[in-house]
Amino acid sequence: MSAAKGELFSFVIGMGRVALLACEVVRSLFSVRPNWAEFIKQMHFIGLKSQFVVLTTGASTGMVFCAQTFYQFHKVKMDNATLSVVGVAMTSELGPVLAGLMVAGRVGAAMTAEIGTMRVTEQIDALRTMATHPVDHLVVPRVLATVISMPLLTVLAWVVGIFAAMILASSLLGIESAFSLKHMYFYTDEEDVLMGVIKALVFGLLISLISCYRGLNCSNGAEGVGRATNEAVVQSCIAILVSNFFLTLFLRSLLYPG
Amino acid sequence: MIEVSKVRKSFGDQVVLQSISFSVEAGESVAIIGRSGTGKSVLIKHLVGLLSPDEGAVRVEGQDLVGMSERQMLSVRQKFGMLFQGAALFDSMNVHENIAFPLRRSGVTDGAEINRRVEEVLGLVELPGVGGKMPSELSGGMQKRVGLARAIVHRPQIILYDEPTTGLDPVVADSIDQLMMRVRDQYSVTSIVITHDMRCARRMGQRIIYLREGQVYLDAPAEEVFNSEDPQVSRFIRGEADLKEVDFS
Repeated sequence: MSAAKGELFSFVIGMGRVALLACEVVRSLFSVRPNWAEFIKQMHFIGLKSQFVVLTTGASTGMVFCAQTFYQFHKVKMDNATLSVVGVAMTSELGPVLAGLMVAGRVGAAMTAEIGTMRVTEQIDALRTMATHPVDHLVVPRVLATVISMPLLTVLAWVVGIFAAMILASSLLGIESAFSLKHMYFYTDEEDVLMGVIKALVFGLLISLISCYRGLNCSNGAEGVGRATNEAVVQSCIAILVSNFFLTLFLRSLLYPG
Repeated sequence: MIEVSKVRKSFGDQVVLQSISFSVEAGESVAIIGRSGTGKSVLIKHLVGLLSPDEGAVRVEGQDLVGMSERQMLSVRQKFGMLFQGAALFDSMNVHENIAFPLRRSGVTDGAEINRRVEEVLGLVELPGVGGKMPSELSGGMQKRVGLARAIVHRPQIILYDEPTTGLDPVVADSIDQLMMRVRDQYSVTSIVITHDMRCARRMGQRIIYLREGQVYLDAPAEEVFNSEDPQVSRFIRGEADLKEVDFS
């Protein structure tokens, strides 16, 4: 019990330090010209190279969710509502959360490992002696690239997930596609789409800040880099899942005031 | 130019530096020597603000680094060049980009000027034509030379060398010594060398500071230190162990 308390305590302290790093990123954005070359490199790595994993996750989730929903709805003769549920779930919940978890695993781990290795090989100290703030040079381009990439990857997950669900529904489950598509458009609101995009932005911010923070603060050579990478992925995933709950409640009350 | 005043630093329960004081004048060349674990590297990191002391002050041209934020310290650090023990080259950049980095940071934007100065320092460290190579393609000695080129390319006023010859064979170590002396004499910079290589200390240090157990044990001109009859100092210089101090357990 006390070990769990200690874990929780250190997680909360870590989040506080991540918030301070976020303040430093904001200060840098308003006072220093971003390192655009590094930003483009990160966009390529985070945005472009994450497409395959997000695409696969989106397609798989869309099809599985469609099949499971169909089997339950079929019992009460609501087959045509299947794609509506898939549409709402993919846009507001599954798309951003699954894309976030995939990006945390692929990109967050790489970010922490790269920055952590720079830390233990004194490359970050070298940066500092060359009158360069590590946040300006390393953190800001990664945060910008992740925050911009995440909504784009999430939209990719939606499109692929819903398209895969549609193909499954019409080809294997016998759902009339035109009719259920109309239902999906009717029940999937702009607010669901907006909620998904906002969540993706927040998840991108959390992943990049936590991963960069862990990398900047790792120690003890290769073992320290390994531990920091592990912690970055675990904490990013927890942060995504916990913040998703509160974001759902908050955005629901904000976007659906009635 | 650099003044260290009553600096104390500990990590947890372990006190590494205990009330260290000394100063270095502009153009002076100082070697800081001492056994492993006496706090030499910790001390050099205080000089450039990479570490902050628990007590005491570190002043560079009158500006106290203690209490400065990381951003305030950036302008002070433009006066410095530093060669790290492991060279600390950016492994995502090639040699040319590594050396051009501090130039760009100091405001040089003209590509032709950057290329000219990078080639100039690569010539100085006797590595012409390696600009396109990645650090992983270089030997340890070559990495140290590139690190030296990167440390001097923006013509800093002060150069810090952290164990410049550690881990190198005697011939490569000799070439690094000669390069450091050439840089010192050609650019008239203030040089501070942390080393336990006595040949390097003798060649680079006009003054020697001997650290022992986190304190300045001796601060004197090089000749005086190398001719010292103090058993602690002379044993260290000759590389002789005091068997009473060695723990074989």
